[in-house]
Amino acid sequence: MLNVEGLFTEYPNDRGEIVRAAQDVTFTVEEGRLFTLLGPSGCGKTTTLRSIAGLERPRAGEISVNGRVVFSSGTGVFVAPNRRGFGMVFQSYAIWPHMTVFENAAFPLEVGDKKYSRKQVLDNVMRVLTAVQLDELAEREATKLSGGQQQRLALARALVMEPALLLLDEPLSNLDAKLRERMRFELKRLQRELKITTVYVTHDQTEALALSHEIGVMNQGRIQQIGRPRDIYEHPANQFVADFVGNTNFLDGTIACHDGSAAYVVRTEIGDMHVNSPRQMNAGDRIAVSIRPEDVELMETQASGENIWPGTVEQKVFLGEAIDFRVTVGTRSLLSRQHPTLRTPVGGTIFVRVNPEKCVVFSA
Amino acid sequence: MGSRAATRTAFDWSWLVIGGCVVFTVYIAVIPLAFLLWQSFRTPQTATVPAVWTLSNYVAAYGSSETFRLFWTSIRFASGASLFAFLVGTALAWMNERTNTPFKTVFFALSLIPLVIPSILFTVAWILLASPQIGIVNQLLQGWFGLEQPPFDIYSMAGMIWVDGLHYSPMAFLLMSAAFRAMDPSLEESATMSGASVWQVLWRVTLKLTWPAIFATILILFVRSIESFEVPALLGLPVGIEVFTSSIYTAVHRYPSQVGLASAYGVALLAITTVGVYAVSRLSGKGSKYATMTGKGFRPRQIDLGSWRWLTASAFIVYFALIVVLPFLVLLWSSFQHFYTVPSREALRNLTLDPYRFVFSYPDLASTVWNSLLLSFGAATVVMLVTSVICWIVVKTKLPARWLLDNIASLPLVFPGIVLGLSIMIFYLNVDIGIYGTIWIMFVAYITRFMPYGLRYNTTSMLQIHQELEESAAMCGASWTTTFRRIVLPLLKPGLVAGWIYVMIVSIRELSTSILLYSPDTRVVSIVIWELWENGQYVELSALGVLFILSLFVLVLVARWVGSRYGIRE
Repeated sequence: MLNVEGLFTEYPNDRGEIVRAAQDVTFTVEEGRLFTLLGPSGCGKTTTLRSIAGLERPRAGEISVNGRVVFSSGTGVFVAPNRRGFGMVFQSYAIWPHMTVFENAAFPLEVGDKKYSRKQVLDNVMRVLTAVQLDELAEREATKLSGGQQQRLALARALVMEPALLLLDEPLSNLDAKLRERMRFELKRLQRELKITTVYVTHDQTEALALSHEIGVMNQGRIQQIGRPRDIYEHPANQFVADFVGNTNFLDGTIACHDGSAAYVVRTEIGDMHVNSPRQMNAGDRIAVSIRPEDVELMETQASGENIWPGTVEQKVFLGEAIDFRVTVGTRSLLSRQHPTLRTPVGGTIFVRVNPEKCVVFSA
Repeated sequence: MGSRAATRTAFDWSWLVIGGCVVFTVYIAVIPLAFLLWQSFRTPQTATVPAVWTLSNYVAAYGSSETFRLFWTSIRFASGASLFAFLVGTALAWMNERTNTPFKTVFFALSLIPLVIPSILFTVAWILLASPQIGIVNQLLQGWFGLEQPPFDIYSMAGMIWVDGLHYSPMAFLLMSAAFRAMDPSLEESATMSGASVWQVLWRVTLKLTWPAIFATILILFVRSIESFEVPALLGLPVGIEVFTSSIYTAVHRYPSQVGLASAYGVALLAITTVGVYAVSRLSGKGSKYATMTGKGFRPRQIDLGSWRWLTASAFIVYFALIVVLPFLVLLWSSFQHFYTVPSREALRNLTLDPYRFVFSYPDLASTVWNSLLLSFGAATVVMLVTSVICWIVVKTKLPARWLLDNIASLPLVFPGIVLGLSIMIFYLNVDIGIYGTIWIMFVAYITRFMPYGLRYNTTSMLQIHQELEESAAMCGASWTTTFRRIVLPLLKPGLVAGWIYVMIVSIRELSTSILLYSPDTRVVSIVIWELWENGQYVELSALGVLFILSLFVLVLVARWVGSRYGIRE
């Protein structure tokens, strides 16, 4: 459906320096899928999205939708954004303050190449406004909408011309936490119902994990890993992805020896650790081990088995549905997420256990 | 970015609109300057002798001690008037923003009224008030105190500084009010918390922070004063006090007319104003370092003046009397007389409507008023529309030469009105495209002169329009022209309307450019006032002046009402 091939986009900033925003970005989105570009601010995800939209002109690469090439540096094709027929929701929503809700949503039908009768405009607009539950407010001034309503209006406007592709630029980032969560479900429901191919840009990993069929994690202009949400979380391709998507503990170490076919013993700062990894590594390799906080088990009594170390509770942060423990093991401190029923006091002794299956190994 | 919106295949109107506006702007802003310089190096052309290259104009202009005196007089006049306007305006602004003077919200609204009193009428009114021969104030004071000599002489350097300074003081008031209002009080409060005394705070924080605003305000006032034509022409010329602007006028109106000499003077004046305008723009460019504006809304700290606040309130009343009430009343009084006299019981019995009958039976009144309205409405509309496109290019695109376009469109800012009139006159005398002596030449002049104001008003609004509002229109399938018409222009509306009103008002008051360009068929109201003055028809002038001020006032009210009605929906 959407093919982005070897995309390079660069632009000069205010001081005239060249910003290398997107570097060799390549990915494919299948029909009806929601693909998320995830990364920290300045990683080039928005630039990539704007290049797909046609709002930025890439230096090199090719973009095609359903086989129609909208940009190609090779053949010199550049289709203007208003001729691409994509829907887009902007971070600021970009609701025009001088129009009503209805006028905002009807705008794409009035200005496009395709002509609609008055009746068709009315029908189409009311259908999308109903889909985002704004049909009651059609005649209201756009500025009199709440943040969540503006967001839904922006979505309705992007959907009204039944675009081949929907582009969403951090659409939830301006909402408060509660509303954001609700809109997340709403957005997912709409996308799954309409089966509209969507590219979603966000810096919020929870959003990305919750919404996407597939995620592309970006950093410094380059795509670091593409995969399904569970793959990205459980099998991050490198340290950056492990660190950016979710919280994690990193331990530096060297491979001590093989311990079976896909198992190793690693010499780390807190002692020898058994890890399972499909990677091919040799004794003496310097590596980093990533362990998610929820995979750091804590026990008040010592059990027998491998990967168990005694530690001291250094700090506790109560979060309501969970409690975060910071535990000192040797010279290191590890973060562990526990059920709030665990009530070991600060300063108390506690035992840490790590499942070798849950350890992810990267070369350092 | 929208400039990229064109596809390679289809013809796009956007290039026609953008290109048209750029060409128009460059033509209108660069031509006068180029021709002024060119003409200043040419000898006068007569029927028998063709013009040749020469330096004689500059030799004549700068070789004589006369020019040195001219320069010195201009500087003295402009410095005096700008400092006087600054002191008055700043004192009032401080009282208004930082003290608990009573009724000050009323004063702020009233401070906008002087805008509708044209400079020539203000000057004439002050002649009627303080001329040694016929000035009401002089005659009254002489009558009351039995003075031998009239106490005030408006026909002097001091008189010129007084009238010009008063006339520009509302501008100083507005600029300094903005500066005082923009300052975050927490900056002063944190100095107080650090242990500074009131005077240390004032000297080391308040004054240092306002310094760029102070300097910029004085410079702007200086440029405006050195450009003023009405005051030096009416008050200075009769007693031989000449400044650059009045010398240019006399050089052109001499026989044979010495356009080359006038141009040489014009170039000198242009050099002074260019330095001034450049310094102001550098100063405001450095503003970010001194940026005292924050997004937060705050009320600046106010000083409780105690019973002194009645003194400051009376200062406001006196000021308002000097700048609006007295000038208007004296015009009103003289407009009901057969000939100009001091108010007395006897004069009261002789009130007449003759001056008004004269005005209404004036042969060309209808066409004159029509010319004024046509020119001001037309100029305001063209200026605002063209500069909205220019401003869009400058603010919204990443075109490499956009800063140059901004500077070119702002170029007329350095032109004193009379110098601009001179260069446009020279150009269309030499390049005959059939507009010399028609109303079109004045139309071109007004557009040129007021384009920078339109640009400023539009820029302020344009900066507030989020880029995504346009981009979302493009994503909806709208072409550049559709986006500009349906999104950008409606969103610019507050700035467009405010700028339109301003350009309309200043165009209708315009005198110093028109005075070199009008012909008997294309007179405007301000020119008729000038002619009445030259003929010594004071009471008729007063009647026309009163009508002019009242209609300007009504026009401003209507324009503001329409503006708030059709401005942006909040």
